[in-house]
Amino acid sequence: MGQFQSRNEEMTNEIEEDDGTEDRGPVVVQRSSAALTFRRLARDPASVIAFLFIVALFAFAIGAPLVETWTGHGVITQYRETALSPVGLPVGPNSEFLLGGDQLGRDVLVRIAYGARVSLLVGVMASLIAATIGVTVGMLAGYFGGWVDFVLGRFMDLVMSVPFLLAALALVSVFGPSLPLSVSVIVFFSWTTIGRVIRAETTSLSRREFVQASRSLGAGHGYILLRDILPNLALTIIIYTTMLIPNAIVFEATLSYLGMGIVPPTPSWGGMLAEAGANSIYLVAWWLVLFPGLALLAATLAFNILGDGLRDALDPSARGRAVFRKKKKSEEG
Amino acid sequence: MPLIEARNITIRIPTEDGVVHAARDLSFTVEAGSLFGIAGESGSGKSVLIQAIMGLLPQAEIEGECLFQGQDLLAMTQQELRALRGRHIGMVFQDPLSSLHPYYSIGRQITEVIHTHESVSKDEARRRAADMLEKVGIEDAVARLNDFPHQFSGGMRQRVMIAMALVLQPPLIFADEPTTALDVTVQAQIMDLLKRMSDELGVTIVMITHDLGLLSSVADRVMILYAGHRLEFGPAASVFGTPAHPYTQGLLLSSPGISGPDEALVSIPGRPPSLLATPRGCIFAPRCGQVQEICKTPPPIRRYADGAEALCHFEPEARGPNDDVAIAHTAPAPGTAPLVSIRNLHMTYRIATGFGRKRDLDVIKGIDLDVIRGETLGLVGESGCGKSTLARIVAGLTPATGGQVNFDGTEVSDLTGREWRDLRKRVQIVFQDPYGSLNPRRRVGSIIGAPLKIHGLAQGAALKDEVRRLMGLVGLNPEHYNRFPNEFSGGQRQRIGIARALALKPDLMIFDEPVSALDVSIQAQILNLIKELQAELNLTSLFISHDLTVVRHMCDRIAVMNMGRIIELEEADAIFANPREEYTRTLLAASHVPPRPVEPDHRQLIASEPQQGAM
Amino acid sequence: MIVFIAKRLTFGLFVLITLSLFVFFLFFVAPGDPARVVAGDKAPEAQLQQVRENLGLDRPMPEQYLRFVTRAAQGDLGFSYRNRQPVTDLIVRRIPVTVSLVFGGVLFWLSLGVPIGIISARNPGTWKDRLGQVFILLGLSFPTFVLGMLALYTLYFLPRTAGFTLFPPGGYAPLLDNPLKWAWHLALPWATLALVVAAIYARLTRGQLLQVLGEDYIRTARAKGLTERRVVYRHGMRATLTPLVTQLGADIAVLLGGVIVIEQVYGLQGVGALAVQAVQNQDRPIIIGVVMLGGLFIVTTNLIVDLLYAALDPRVR
Repeated sequence: MGQFQSRNEEMTNEIEEDDGTEDRGPVVVQRSSAALTFRRLARDPASVIAFLFIVALFAFAIGAPLVETWTGHGVITQYRETALSPVGLPVGPNSEFLLGGDQLGRDVLVRIAYGARVSLLVGVMASLIAATIGVTVGMLAGYFGGWVDFVLGRFMDLVMSVPFLLAALALVSVFGPSLPLSVSVIVFFSWTTIGRVIRAETTSLSRREFVQASRSLGAGHGYILLRDILPNLALTIIIYTTMLIPNAIVFEATLSYLGMGIVPPTPSWGGMLAEAGANSIYLVAWWLVLFPGLALLAATLAFNILGDGLRDALDPSARGRAVFRKKKKSEEG
Repeated sequence: MPLIEARNITIRIPTEDGVVHAARDLSFTVEAGSLFGIAGESGSGKSVLIQAIMGLLPQAEIEGECLFQGQDLLAMTQQELRALRGRHIGMVFQDPLSSLHPYYSIGRQITEVIHTHESVSKDEARRRAADMLEKVGIEDAVARLNDFPHQFSGGMRQRVMIAMALVLQPPLIFADEPTTALDVTVQAQIMDLLKRMSDELGVTIVMITHDLGLLSSVADRVMILYAGHRLEFGPAASVFGTPAHPYTQGLLLSSPGISGPDEALVSIPGRPPSLLATPRGCIFAPRCGQVQEICKTPPPIRRYADGAEALCHFEPEARGPNDDVAIAHTAPAPGTAPLVSIRNLHMTYRIATGFGRKRDLDVIKGIDLDVIRGETLGLVGESGCGKSTLARIVAGLTPATGGQVNFDGTEVSDLTGREWRDLRKRVQIVFQDPYGSLNPRRRVGSIIGAPLKIHGLAQGAALKDEVRRLMGLVGLNPEHYNRFPNEFSGGQRQRIGIARALALKPDLMIFDEPVSALDVSIQAQILNLIKELQAELNLTSLFISHDLTVVRHMCDRIAVMNMGRIIELEEADAIFANPREEYTRTLLAASHVPPRPVEPDHRQLIASEPQQGAM
Repeated sequence: MIVFIAKRLTFGLFVLITLSLFVFFLFFVAPGDPARVVAGDKAPEAQLQQVRENLGLDRPMPEQYLRFVTRAAQGDLGFSYRNRQPVTDLIVRRIPVTVSLVFGGVLFWLSLGVPIGIISARNPGTWKDRLGQVFILLGLSFPTFVLGMLALYTLYFLPRTAGFTLFPPGGYAPLLDNPLKWAWHLALPWATLALVVAAIYARLTRGQLLQVLGEDYIRTARAKGLTERRVVYRHGMRATLTPLVTQLGADIAVLLGGVIVIEQVYGLQGVGALAVQAVQNQDRPIIIGVVMLGGLFIVTTNLIVDLLYAALDPRVR
């Protein structure tokens, strides 16, 4: 018992020292890496602005009927008297039509608001589904390896070798354009990006000793995948899902632009741009391209900035070296 | 004139978390033609010091002066430094695989140094590169110029690095942990090579290492760093023989080779301070056994007649071995039934060699081994000898490809899923890497409680109580139940790993290199803990290590492994006293133990002067 | 090495077969009667029957597929439902336009994206890097067709209303007739394609190079006394090349998508435009043909990329 006593003594020594507030301060990185990531993110003004913009965009999309009421213009109503000039050309932005009217005399502002619904719905929904599939497949392939990995890996390679826009065209030509088809096509061709990343990360996580430790404790595969590996993938999943959204939005807009996405007269940003492009009417009515184009660009830009910010916050090595190179510069020049 | 004269070097590195004080007021001199050692634990700032001096860390703010052949390196522009690097000062880094460019042949990488600093023809440069490779012991050098780094073994790669550093015959070489990534026997060869080159070419070597044993055998003068402070500086004989600082003394005494098998190791309590802090008094005071009131003020530099200098208010007290803790561990009586019995075990991996070709790799080639109830069996060997694979097979984590493993009457290889789960309660592993073996996303309570939960042994309050008991058992504060692993130091993390393994009250504990990732002062704490737990809980253990001194300290019997076979199995003392196999003798010869420090008879203090720029 | 090539070839073949099965059965299960598309809405039943026989539509499905595959392997993709011309001819006629677009685009985007990535990575945190980052984000966010329309509006329409012609409104001029005119017509499409894809490469180059510059062997290179320029371009870029080449392979599908959209925006009569028109006309043989051609293109480029990768990395060799 005597030995045990002495050990405790020695240990309390260490613990006390450990708790000594004097020595602590910045000593140990106290925050979990998630908290640290978001703290870094909050310090990046671009990311904060992008985030606020996304929140506003969602509010705008949800409040689209309010925009309709406020302007008094229906989303598919054609105002031939007020929104078209006597020769039948659309009128530009004025006090009644804040963002102008389109070639059929509809209010561009109201249509953009409703178009935001389509873009966000497709963008977010497709990304979430794609992320779910990608994470599941990636984790299974990365964790089990062997033939599971071989089959799933080859399947991912296969999907990535398909000329996706052409295949999407073929599908649309057979089934006809629709919202569910757009979402399915986007999901099918975008889950592989996140799937590959998750697969690689799961492979390296599986080799970590804490997974082996869990195995040696008797944990089953499900327990290890859900309790040990998934929490460690959380940040990666958030980042890559965020980065999938702008791609999905662009993909949807491109399909609509090619006349293979959302069926008119339901407004979508891509469809509005397609209509503006038809007969090159936008050359005389710039607002038909500028506003939907700007909306599209701003939305994708915001998601991309947020995704980039998240990634930098997760892996600050790129920024950490900033100081280092700055100094280097002075001697180079 | 000394080759290097460094005066009052202070290095600060601004980072996101604050300013890292990597070096404070360091002064030292290096005589031409000598081997100068810089020793310290991880985080002592030893690598940063060298890289900052060489201008390889431009983000570092560096003050003071560092004269090399009379020129101040710290006052030079990058351009002037660049002309020195490679030509007048060569560098050798720790990990030769990551330090060589993977896409260029070694010939190209070596001739590049020549072409950068001299204008010679391609053939001439290749001839000189081949000459140098031959000198460092690479056979068939001319042909091997065209090989890529991945085609060399670890030791050969380090030879290539050394050849690259020496090819222009610089007067000085900085070697940053040049042998740490290598096996002990290779370590010895590389050290011999460095020594030989130093003698043949008259090169001065500054070597950075954490390995005091190694340093004691080669260095002429040494400097002991701790948290950026030079705690001791002087001739190797006096620093290792009669340490003038309590820290040096503590470090030397914590080496497991110094204490006898039945003594507890002398450990330094606590852990090194953060380099972000700015202490007022002695940096080592919080961990020092002799600490007094005066230690809250900056310590003076005490100079002794034998050339030693120490940053301390006192002279260290004489400390014998840790005699207040004598661990009564009795080896099991002969004839006790074995807990684990291994017969003719084989393990073959099928590995892909690229482009679809496969090759068989025999990792274990027929092993017979018994682990007797109550004993600690040591398994020692170099990397790739199959010792970790053997451990995983015994634990039932990897199925063997041939032979039997009998665990207390049941055959491990043909268990049903249920039986396999039950086996988990009887064998547990403590893993090597205290950082990798704990899930960073789970709280300590959840990590230690996981085995109990998985096997449905405890829930709710009972679970929490049991976890707290385990934490207390391994010397952790049970109040830290809700913390994440990254809030703990390496030593504390290893305690968490041990607590987790103990949770199921296993019959057999496998320790897979449990201390090789830890600094020597922390290592001693963990080794003591393991020994005490073994005695207290009457554990049967399989203790795996590459370090003979650790194994000798911990084990009753030792099995020496080489190339998938057990070549020698003996009582611990017998192996050391009378090794039968040539390989065992090589291993023994290659492992360096620092001498046990003795108390100086008459040590004369010449001066005690306040540190310059003391805070 | 031979095993490796054989493996990649097998996989390429597997991709093509899967793709052909996909398009073929897609159209087989599709609603609507192809014979009606060919013969016209008012054709009598007897004529429809005749058309079905001519096209082999009355045969069992596997037989139709086999016939389709054997013919496709010989370069015969059937006839357009619309104008009865051989699909192969229709495609071949349009290939020069698409190839011109792809060729210039690739050249432009590599010479834009990679240098921007290098500059960004060499000066992280500075204004140069910020500018590079802005370029990357804009490029990644800009939908191709919005950028195209914007370019047409500002670089064609505005100058024209001001009284001079800076760029043509679109269209294609054959290379052999007049190379200058060819380049002039394609300048805007090239720039559009390049700007969008270059961002991906700038980001990749920046990220990889930053990572490589933190590697131990870069420290070794500096310790050898090399100039910073040599450290970055010889040692850093050499290691960055491999991931760049791999990315090139993964981006071929993206490139094809971009080509379709750009042909649409600039009214270029290339293979992509052919596909879009075929979809609108329900002209299935053309759609099948173009999808298969796209697949073949991707498989071939991926094979080349794999070989390049093996040539670049001595550890794979």
